[in-house]
Amino acid sequence: MKINLEELKFGTELIKRGFAKMQKGGVIMDVTNAEQAAIAEEAGAVAVMALHKVPADIRATGGVARMADPKKIQEIIDAVTIPVMAKCRIGHIAEARALEALGVDMIDESEVLTPADVFFHIDKRKFVVPFVCGARSLGEAVRRIWEGAAMIRTKGEAGTGNVVEAVKHMRLINRAIFELQKMNEEKIYITAENYAYRYAELASRVREEMGLEKVSRNDVVFEEYTLGEIIDGIYEILLEIRELGRLPVVNFAAGGVATPADAALMMQLGADGVFVGSGIFKSSNPPEYAKAIVEAVQHYDEPEVIAEVSKGLGEAMKGLDVFKLSEEERLQTRGV
Amino acid sequence: MRVAIVGVQGDVEEHVLATKRALKNLKIDGEVVATRRKGVVSKSDAVILPGGESTTISKLIFSDGIADEILQLAEEGKPVMGTCAGLILLSKYGDEQVEKTDTKLLGLLDAKVKRNAFGRQRESFQVPLEVKHVGKFEAVFIRAPAIVEVSKDVEVLATLENFIVAARQKNVLGLAFHPELTNDARIHEFFLKIGES
Repeated sequence: MKINLEELKFGTELIKRGFAKMQKGGVIMDVTNAEQAAIAEEAGAVAVMALHKVPADIRATGGVARMADPKKIQEIIDAVTIPVMAKCRIGHIAEARALEALGVDMIDESEVLTPADVFFHIDKRKFVVPFVCGARSLGEAVRRIWEGAAMIRTKGEAGTGNVVEAVKHMRLINRAIFELQKMNEEKIYITAENYAYRYAELASRVREEMGLEKVSRNDVVFEEYTLGEIIDGIYEILLEIRELGRLPVVNFAAGGVATPADAALMMQLGADGVFVGSGIFKSSNPPEYAKAIVEAVQHYDEPEVIAEVSKGLGEAMKGLDVFKLSEEERLQTRGV
Repeated sequence: MRVAIVGVQGDVEEHVLATKRALKNLKIDGEVVATRRKGVVSKSDAVILPGGESTTISKLIFSDGIADEILQLAEEGKPVMGTCAGLILLSKYGDEQVEKTDTKLLGLLDAKVKRNAFGRQRESFQVPLEVKHVGKFEAVFIRAPAIVEVSKDVEVLATLENFIVAARQKNVLGLAFHPELTNDARIHEFFLKIGES
């Protein structure tokens, strides 16, 4: 059949969400160079996340964390056949466009980098490539989905090697879905209004300073959307979640997954797959560690396999106590 | 009828739902089982390899013995389908990407596949496609492979420009696209019936 160019469609929601679905049951690994990318592919990773530094090092170095050097990303793209993802700063449309131009397969609009916009995330529907975004709660997840994210991941607390925050975020989202399933349309609409109000913060703040009347449904508050349109959009997504009993997009675990057992735990809590950041290349034996985590995700409900793959792996990454981090050191509070 | 979906990685749930829809439409009494372990495929009447990452799925099915069970089922003449990554795994020969990654293939479809034939994710597309025995079908291609060569034993079911994107060899069906992502179950219905002829 000859391709009729007018019938070809690119970057539809079906294609973007479809891409994310192909990652299910898989492990996506943070890599900083072509050599690490090859180790990840060999171990059975479904995709790699190209970074200039893993989160643990971003934490240690401090300063402003930005999109990785496109040359580095290109080298990683050339080194592997599996999809390559890369991170842009929250709200940084120009970094995201640059990543799209490079041919990155999915963009992570990530709190691990220093946010570029304190008011808004990127309107991801305007892109052809799909996005993944972090979330700590159902409200954050639903806002990102409304903006066009094709995949959600827990924020956890990246670069700590401590799974406690990822577990917390997964539990918070699961519990909220459970509550949603008991709610009627009227109550769900009120929740949609609560969730949508975040988009009106900029307009509200400016109006208050200027002594103007409050923001109403008909005011345009974000890109070309009125507050009313956003509420209605979020309401529709909430109804879909109530119907499905889960998010309408793939939901991965991320932020502190360090060992095969951590990965299995997140799968048992209902994650569709796992991102491993610093955990693999900060361990003492990355190739073995990477393979063990892939096995653990596949066999998450078989304790004997988790025990077997965890044997003699050597040192896991050195972790951080999340509760001792100051507010500024916590990455998860970025971008709500 | 019992249909197994190889569930080690990829869009497994979507195939479970599409197959259930197809069974219902055909009024066939049956069950659909997603499996990550040995022992289920061998007790089934049909098997589907989903979309996902072929490098990952290959490693897992060959290390866990599921690959042998698929080969056995195909040998018995039962329907075997692969979509996207599944098509790659069913094929006999791969391109340099398949070789570079040392991806082991099942070799049930006498064809050579090219991985990521249409490009990266931003080049992924959907298009109404003419599929033999099925008709016009909205086909979703995601970092899709394509068949570049087939032997005379393989029936070509759909082409796109110079690529073959759907093909069948007796009871084995390979598709470069994802019929499981749309609500249209006609391809799954066609698949469930190929064991009969």
